[in-house]
Amino acid sequence: MSYTFALVGNPNCGKTTIFNEITGSTQYVGNWPGVTVEKKEGKARKFKEEIKIVDLPGIYSLSPYTMEEIIARDYIVDQRPDVVINIVDASNIERNLYLTTQLIELGIPVVVALNMMDVVNARQDRIDTQKLIHYLGVPVLLVTANKGAGVKEVVEKALEVAQSAAAREADIPCKVFDQAIEQSLGKLQTLVKPWAQAKKYNARWVSLKLLEGDEKVKEKLDVPVTLMAEVKTYREGLEHEYDCDIETVVADNRYRFISNVVSKAIKKKNNGNTLTLSDKIDKVVTNRILAIPIFLAVMFAVFQASFGPVGSFTIDWIDVFINETIAGVLTSWLEAGGAAEWLKALIIDGILAGMGSMLVFVPQIMIVFFFLSILEDTGYMARAAFIMDRVLRKLGLSGKSFIPMLMGFGCSTPAIMASRTLENEKDRRLTIILTPFMSCGARLPVYALFAAAFFAQNQGVIIFSIYMLGIVVAVLSGIILKKFVLKGEVAPFVMELPPYRIPTLKGITIHMLDRGKGFVKKAGTVIFAAAVVIWFLQTFSFSFQMVQDPGDSIMGGIGKLMVPVFAPLGFDDWRAAVALLTGVVAKEVVVATLGILTDVGEVTEDSVELAAALQVYFTPLKAYAFMAFTLLYMPCVAAFGAIKREMNSWKWTLFTVAYQTGVAWIVALLIYQVGRLVGLG
Amino acid sequence: MNKTLKELKPGDKAVIKSVMGEGAVKRRLMDMGVTRGAEVLVRKVAPLGDPIEVNIRGYELTFRKSEAENIIVE
Ligand SMILES: Nc1nc2c(ncn2[C@@H]2O[C@H](COP(=O)(O)OP(=O)(O)OP(=O)(O)O)[C@@H](O)[C@H]2O)c(=O)[nH]1
Repeated sequence: MSYTFALVGNPNCGKTTIFNEITGSTQYVGNWPGVTVEKKEGKARKFKEEIKIVDLPGIYSLSPYTMEEIIARDYIVDQRPDVVINIVDASNIERNLYLTTQLIELGIPVVVALNMMDVVNARQDRIDTQKLIHYLGVPVLLVTANKGAGVKEVVEKALEVAQSAAAREADIPCKVFDQAIEQSLGKLQTLVKPWAQAKKYNARWVSLKLLEGDEKVKEKLDVPVTLMAEVKTYREGLEHEYDCDIETVVADNRYRFISNVVSKAIKKKNNGNTLTLSDKIDKVVTNRILAIPIFLAVMFAVFQASFGPVGSFTIDWIDVFINETIAGVLTSWLEAGGAAEWLKALIIDGILAGMGSMLVFVPQIMIVFFFLSILEDTGYMARAAFIMDRVLRKLGLSGKSFIPMLMGFGCSTPAIMASRTLENEKDRRLTIILTPFMSCGARLPVYALFAAAFFAQNQGVIIFSIYMLGIVVAVLSGIILKKFVLKGEVAPFVMELPPYRIPTLKGITIHMLDRGKGFVKKAGTVIFAAAVVIWFLQTFSFSFQMVQDPGDSIMGGIGKLMVPVFAPLGFDDWRAAVALLTGVVAKEVVVATLGILTDVGEVTEDSVELAAALQVYFTPLKAYAFMAFTLLYMPCVAAFGAIKREMNSWKWTLFTVAYQTGVAWIVALLIYQVGRLVGLG
Repeated sequence: MNKTLKELKPGDKAVIKSVMGEGAVKRRLMDMGVTRGAEVLVRKVAPLGDPIEVNIRGYELTFRKSEAENIIVE
C-alpha cells in the first residue's frame, strides 16, 4: 500500500523542520504549476510502507483569498491525501487552532501535531492532550521538532488512521458552531449532497462554503441557480438573526469555540504580562531610534559577506578551476586525441564555459541563502518588513522587498532568487522585475571604462548618477507596473511578528543546499543552453566557419542589422550593438568585446588604449546613453535563468526582459535626444 | 464608548467589538484572530510611524494604521 500525507500548518509553526525530519534527503522541491509558490515532496524514511509527504504552503486559514490558501485547499479537497497532518504551534495555540477547525471540516482524516512543546514546557504551561482530543475529535500528539522528538510517532499515528479510515466516510467530529448555524447546515447538507458527491466533497463543508458565499467552491460544483437561491435564503436568515455578515459570524464562532477549548485544556502558568526574552530583544531591535541603524547594519553585514571578499573569492576560485584547470586538462586530452579545432572550441569554450557561467553563482547563492535563512528563522525578516514597510509601500512593494533589491547591487542572480522570501505573489513578481535595475557588480567595469574615457574629470559623479538612475527607474517602474500590469487588490499588510528563535544549523544547511540544487537544476539548464547558443552565434559565421573577429560572426551580423535600432540612442556604430549583444552573457563582457572589435585586443577596464579607441566611436553624450542602456537592458543569462526559475512562467520571464530592454531603449533615447536638444551632443 | 484601534496609544488595552470594511483585508484580520471579544494590547508603532504592532490571542500581530481604522474596540 502507498499513502499520501499532507503537512498543513501556519507559517512558522515548524512545518519545514518536521518535513525535513520525516523525509531526510529524499525531498524534491519544485513549484506548484503556473505560480511562484513552492511545492515540496518527499518520502517518509524508516517506514516499510510507501509514504509520500506533501508539504503544503504555510497558511493561516483556508479562506480562498491568497494563492497559498487556494493551493492548499484545492490540493486537499481534489487530490484527497489519506491524512492531513496539521502542525500546530503549541506556544501560540489559539490562532493555530483556527486553521485546525477548518481542516477538520474538509472530511479528510486529520492528525494534529502540537509542535514547540519545549517552549510550552519552558513556560511551565500545561496542555491537557486528552481534553484537546475530546473537543477536537481527532488524534493529538506532542512534538518538539527541532529536537526530533515525537515526529516519528506522528507519522505512525497518521499511518494507523489512514489504514483504519480507508473504508469509512469521515464524520465531522467537533461542534464548532451555534445551534442556528448547525440547523441551516443540516438542512442545506441534504440539498447539496448530489453535487458534493459528484466531486467527492464533504457535503457539510460544501454547505458551509456556499453559505459563506465562497465563489471558488460555487464555480467548481456548478450548483444550479435554484439551489443557490435556497442558500441565499438561509444566509439572509442567519445574517438577520445575528445582525452581521455571515463571514464574521462564522469566524466569530470559530474563535469562540477555540477560546472555550483552550480555556478548558490549557493551564497557563502566567498570564503573559511578563516580558519574554523575545519582547526584550524587540524593544531594542524595533526601537524608534535604533531600529533603522540596526537594520542598515544588518543589511550591510549580509551584503558584505555575500559580495565582499568571501563571495568574490569563491567566484574567482570556481572560475579558475573550470576555465583554467579543467579546461587545461581537457585541452591537452583533446589535442593528444587529435580533435578538430571546432570540436575543441565546442567543448572548451562552448560547453565547459557555459557550465562555468552557471556554476560560479552556486556558492554565492548558497552564501546569500545562508544569511537569508538566518534572518528568516530568527524572526528578524518579519521585523525588517515591519520597519521598512512605510518606505516601500509607496512603490507598491512590501517591506521585505528591500532585501532582494539590496542584493541586486551585488549580483542580480542571487538577488532574484532572494525574492522567495516575499509572501505575496504580486510582490514577488514585481520585485523580480525591478531587482535587475539595481546596478550589479558586473556592470561597473563598463561604467569605469566609459567614465575614464569620456568623463575623466568627474568619474565618480558620473558613475554615481548611473546607480541613482537605476533606482529612479525602479521606483517609477514600480508605480507604473503596479498600476497597469500587476494591478488588482493590494495584499493586506497583516503580518505576524514571530518570537525570536535560535535557528538550527541543520535547518539552515538544508535550506542552503536546497537553493543551490534548485538553482543548478531549474535555472542551470536555461543558463547553460543560453550560454552555448550565444557562444555558437559568436564563434561561427553565417557559413558555419569559425571566426576570430566577433564582427564576422552570426552575432556580428545580427548586430550590424540592429544598428538602425540603436542609432536613435546615439550608438550608430555596429561595434556598440555587437558589444551589447554579447553583454547578455555577462555584462562585463561588453568591455572585452569592445576591446576586440576596436582592434585593441585583450583589455581591462582601465585600459588606456581602449579608452582612446572609443573616442572615435562615441561622444560623451553617446557614452552616457550607452552606460544607461547597459545598466537597464535585460540582465545576463544567469539572471535570466533565475528569473525563469522564480517566475515559473515563460510568459512572465519574457515580459520581464522585454520590459527591461524597452525601458533601457526609451531611457537611452531620452538621454541622447534631450541631450542633443540642449546642446550636449 | 466606541473607538477605532487607530486611536489607541502604545500600552493601551481594549476589547475588539467588530471589524468593518470587507473583502480580503477584513477576512485576513478575522482569520488572524481579530474577532469580537478578543483582547488587544497595543505594543508599539513602527519607527517610521506606520504600521503598528499589537498583542492579540497571545501573539504579536502587525498591520497598518489604515487597517486599524476599521477595527472598532471598546
Ligand atoms: N523551540 C522550538 N523551535 C522550533 C521547533 N520546531 C521548529 N522550530 C524553529 O522554528 C522556526 C521556524 O521553523 P520552520 O520549520 O522554518 O517553520 P515553517 O512552518 O516551515 O515556517 P515557514 O517556512 O515560514 O512556513 C525555526 O527557527 C525552527 O528552528 C520546536 O519544536 N521548538
